[in-house]
Amino acid sequence: MIRSITRQKPMNEIEHLLDGMDRIFIIGCGTCTTMTRTGGAEQVAAMSEDLSSRGKVITGTTVVPVACDNLTADILSEYGSRMNQADALLVMSCAYGVQTIGSQLGQMVVPAQNTLFIGKENAAGQFNESCTQCGTCVIGETGGICPVTACHKGLVNGPCGGTNNGKCEIDSNKDCVWTLIYNRLKELGRLDVMRTYKKPRNHLGEPSPGKFDIPAD
Amino acid sequence: MPSAFKKALDSGKFVVTSEVAPSKGTNLEKMAHHVELLKDKVDAMNVTDHQSSVMRFPSLGGALLVKENGGEPILQMTCRDRNRLALQSDLMMASSRGINNVLCLTGDSVMLGDHKAAKGVFDLDSSQLLAAVRTMKGGKDMAGNDLDGDVNFCAGAIVTPEANPIEPQLIKFEKKIESGAEFIQTQAVYEMDNFKRFMDYARQFDVKILAGIILLTSAGMARFMNKNVAGVMVPQRLIDEMASAPKGGALKKGIEITGRMIAQIKEEGICDGVHIMAIGKEEVVPDIMSAAGLI
Repeated sequence: MIRSITRQKPMNEIEHLLDGMDRIFIIGCGTCTTMTRTGGAEQVAAMSEDLSSRGKVITGTTVVPVACDNLTADILSEYGSRMNQADALLVMSCAYGVQTIGSQLGQMVVPAQNTLFIGKENAAGQFNESCTQCGTCVIGETGGICPVTACHKGLVNGPCGGTNNGKCEIDSNKDCVWTLIYNRLKELGRLDVMRTYKKPRNHLGEPSPGKFDIPAD
Repeated sequence: MPSAFKKALDSGKFVVTSEVAPSKGTNLEKMAHHVELLKDKVDAMNVTDHQSSVMRFPSLGGALLVKENGGEPILQMTCRDRNRLALQSDLMMASSRGINNVLCLTGDSVMLGDHKAAKGVFDLDSSQLLAAVRTMKGGKDMAGNDLDGDVNFCAGAIVTPEANPIEPQLIKFEKKIESGAEFIQTQAVYEMDNFKRFMDYARQFDVKILAGIILLTSAGMARFMNKNVAGVMVPQRLIDEMASAPKGGALKKGIEITGRMIAQIKEEGICDGVHIMAIGKEEVVPDIMSAAGLI
């Protein structure tokens, strides 16, 4: 299962974003930010208490099941008057949810989170970034491990000189993906694909912003 | 026409390169002084490119300064700050001004430097930059368009002989040679037996190898590198030897050790030359060369 991974913004930044807006309605998300404990019921209650102590009036709070779903507006309609009283909606989902709510409700929305990456849960409670949806998938030549994502520099021809004991130069808690790829290909007896020179990547597989329409039948 | 450095590499002589670091700011006096001091002693001088991701005077500007002052520059070029358009245009600029040696590097993460929120580019990697240089030497740009005028470079790359694990590094090393590297300057080596083993492997390739030598300035500096610099391993006996120096004599001891290592590499013909990195102490490079019996 993949999840949108978030980290709460510092309170001084949230206060800055809410500057001049005294009445706040807080919306959490029952999916990703509940699972990652950044925007579930508990965190929404804590935020409500924190903002109250900073002099904000909390007109209401709720946790919607899936903030990024198109049905979110219908679900929120029961809170219409309390949301209308608010100067801003503080949304504790990922940025997909914030944008969904912003486009559906026509009110000022403020994100409480920074959205970090789409994470794959590899062990209980441990998420890793393993795909950045680059549009030009290279993992057929890397043993199914993505260096575009999991190498800090997105290198496709092997490790840089900063790799140290199988870890990355930016953080000794992060694996050097080229050590992982080497080990995987060695196990598979396919180091030949690592030895093959890879041409410069096409960085515009899908020029941003991405757009996709299901073809009509 | 081959560069003076390329001629030195091909001559079979023991080649010596060193490096000069561009300044933080436009005051180039110190750099010019180092160029003056070294230009007639070394075969070429590397000009570093925002070393450790710290923003400085550009390597291209520094290489021009070396050239204008009668030295032979090796332009260091990382892929960290420029995409393929900017890299190719800077290569043309360099070649047009007689800067005809380039060391192609991936580059450190911006997170290691002094502008930590900058965007790291890495449109290309070191092996792809080498291939781009070769393509341009053949009269084309990376998109296959004709270039008006010659682009002339002797291109090089780096390798870390003491990397752990070593195998992925060696695969990359081979790709760099395949992509056109004519010379290799290694990360610092201290344990000659390890380096000889690396050379036993590397000799099979048609590439000139210059052993990287970093001047030790104190026992603490050696310990710091062991802890913090990827692929650098100063053996305990050298740390002890540094620590045994009398007070105020550490630099002299470091020069002695460095000179001794270079002399051994030359006498035993371990590789084709050395690349001396006297980080922040460029003025003692002639002393190191003298201690090594090179001048």
